[in-house]
Amino acid sequence: MDAATSVPSPLIALVGNPNCGKTALFNILTGSRQKVANYAGVTVERKEGSLLTPSGLRIRILDLPGAYSLDALTPDEQVTADVLLGRRAGETQPDHVVCVTDATNLRQNLRLVLSLKRLGLPMVVALNMTDIARRKGIVIDADRLAAELGVPVVETVGVKTAGVQALIKVLNATVSPSRGGNAAVWLPLSASDIEHDQAEVRRILQLVGGDRLNGVTFSDRLDALVLHPLLGPLILAVILFLVFQAVFAWAQVPMDEIKLGVAAFGDWLAALLPTSLLKDLLINGILAGVGSVLVFLPQIIILFFFILILEDSGYLPRAAFLLDRVMGSVGLSGRAFIPLLSSFACAIPGIMATRTIQNPRDRLATIMIAPLMTCSARLPVYALIIGAFIPRRTVWAGLQLQGVVLFALYVAGVAGAMAVAFVLKRAGRGSSFQALMLELPAYHWPNLRNLGIGLWQRVEIFMSRVGTIILALMVILWALSSFPAPPPGATGPPIQYSIAGHLGAWLAVLFKPIGFNWQISIALVPGLAAREVAVGALGTVYALSATANDMNGALTPLITQSWSLPTALSLLAWYVFAPQCLSTLATVKRETNSWRYPIMMAAYLFAMAYVGSWITFRVATALTG
Amino acid sequence: MDLAPGASARVVSVSAFDPKTPELGRRLAELGFLPGEAVRIVARGLLARAPIAVRIGTATFALRLFEAACIRVCPEQPLLR
Repeated sequence: MDAATSVPSPLIALVGNPNCGKTALFNILTGSRQKVANYAGVTVERKEGSLLTPSGLRIRILDLPGAYSLDALTPDEQVTADVLLGRRAGETQPDHVVCVTDATNLRQNLRLVLSLKRLGLPMVVALNMTDIARRKGIVIDADRLAAELGVPVVETVGVKTAGVQALIKVLNATVSPSRGGNAAVWLPLSASDIEHDQAEVRRILQLVGGDRLNGVTFSDRLDALVLHPLLGPLILAVILFLVFQAVFAWAQVPMDEIKLGVAAFGDWLAALLPTSLLKDLLINGILAGVGSVLVFLPQIIILFFFILILEDSGYLPRAAFLLDRVMGSVGLSGRAFIPLLSSFACAIPGIMATRTIQNPRDRLATIMIAPLMTCSARLPVYALIIGAFIPRRTVWAGLQLQGVVLFALYVAGVAGAMAVAFVLKRAGRGSSFQALMLELPAYHWPNLRNLGIGLWQRVEIFMSRVGTIILALMVILWALSSFPAPPPGATGPPIQYSIAGHLGAWLAVLFKPIGFNWQISIALVPGLAAREVAVGALGTVYALSATANDMNGALTPLITQSWSLPTALSLLAWYVFAPQCLSTLATVKRETNSWRYPIMMAAYLFAMAYVGSWITFRVATALTG
Repeated sequence: MDLAPGASARVVSVSAFDPKTPELGRRLAELGFLPGEAVRIVARGLLARAPIAVRIGTATFALRLFEAACIRVCPEQPLLR
């Protein structure tokens, strides 16, 4: 659309401290016409939108990551500084800067304005959250501020359109079509520069008003409860319990509906189409693949609904504060808690939820260990094996042995995750002291518009990008399990003759030392699509009717006869660690923007699973043999 | 910064606690921890009383102990201990 205009659209960058309401302002300026992606090579989110001014000028708007300073300390600040200086490959230097400031926190925000002035790019200051400031009794003389700073100042209210109109008017008048090549120069600030800027900020604040250090605010009173050493963790536990209750309980009905709907559509297609390879591809390849992805959507929507509310209201940094000491002991950020807890439902929403961790190194560590949290897809496999091999008896005070084993599997996953996180922390370069310096912003009510846009972006990312990779993998997997077709007069199950079958036979050699037979090895191949598929695949390999309603019931006697206890325990250990969910690896690829991390993840999980299963198998054989 | 929750103080100086990480002291300064600014302890964690939530100016930051140790303050209200 923009290509039609001869002059390139000017590019405006929104810059500001974290928590200044920049993204809310961006949402109003651009509406839902936003493109969300990653900056090349880093796990920093890039948001661009556009705006049509009343005079018909199309302006592109870039929402740069929040920064406290142009002397970057974190990779997202580095992106902000590099883009502003025109040093970032693949990014054009902005023609104009809108520095968003929080009117209630000018003491901190104005220092960035002064730094940006040093940079020399054309600038407008958006004095945001003036409504909240007024309620707190802070009235700022915007005209005086503009005169002191020497740049236009526009009052805006992050969640209302009225102030934004004024900003658009100023932009319309001052922004010229793209010229490019702004000579921005930046010299790192010395300690005396910072102190000088602070003196300047104090002087300006004296003149314009707003140099009031408010006493005890509403946020302070709430924090007395929320950050209380004893009450705080209790409140956190209740909130987390409610969130995960909702993720599991509310998602169940829509998830079942999606499963039924996909199955019904498959049946309808099956009745409609003549038997052919295309039909098999459509139903067992594509539809089954799409269905297995779609089914996670309700969990993702519900989880992100809560995460966005917790984030927007200012609670999430408090939760990170409360958990920092615990998570920090293994080198993780307090913010890693929610993604990791979500991974117990499914690693995919969990890994997507790591977007709330600003520090990319912490985020990567969290992504890497998320698959070690026992996801719900592992339960059908655990249920089958535990039901078949672990006797139903009470061990102690009403505790069921089966339940204890299940619990032990969960604990093994968490312990493995802690160990990996610890190793990552040790392997991490740089200082052994990891900075926290986490701002705890004032509480405010979540805004519905921001919530809607945020939720829609998550759904879009999940459906479009992850959907395409997962779908392709599913089709490949279908082809592997279907070709070549069994020779005439074949007696075994068809999958045995396919590429997956041969792969399984080859894997069986690899897996012999950990006690897996060829049937298990073959079932592990389609199990790559989704872990629970392995149960169905075992049924296929053991030549059961694939439509058996009670797969577990039919499989249980078969596997108790043909597997030894060490084999069963070894398979359980395998399932705790093994990288067998292609959707997760595809999500990691998508979120980290690189094949390096999914490959590293698959490799280390495979090694852990192999060693874990080997030890389990050997110890169990020694004990039972 | 060994103050109890609720205690106020004024920043005397900010310097990196570990000479290997000079950027730490500068970042604290950039967040507003500058000589003469008023600080107040909002809350402290349960384990080892860390991290510490500190009000600086109109903003609140959670700091780990080694970060807080970079900031020398002069208490304005009675100290704990």
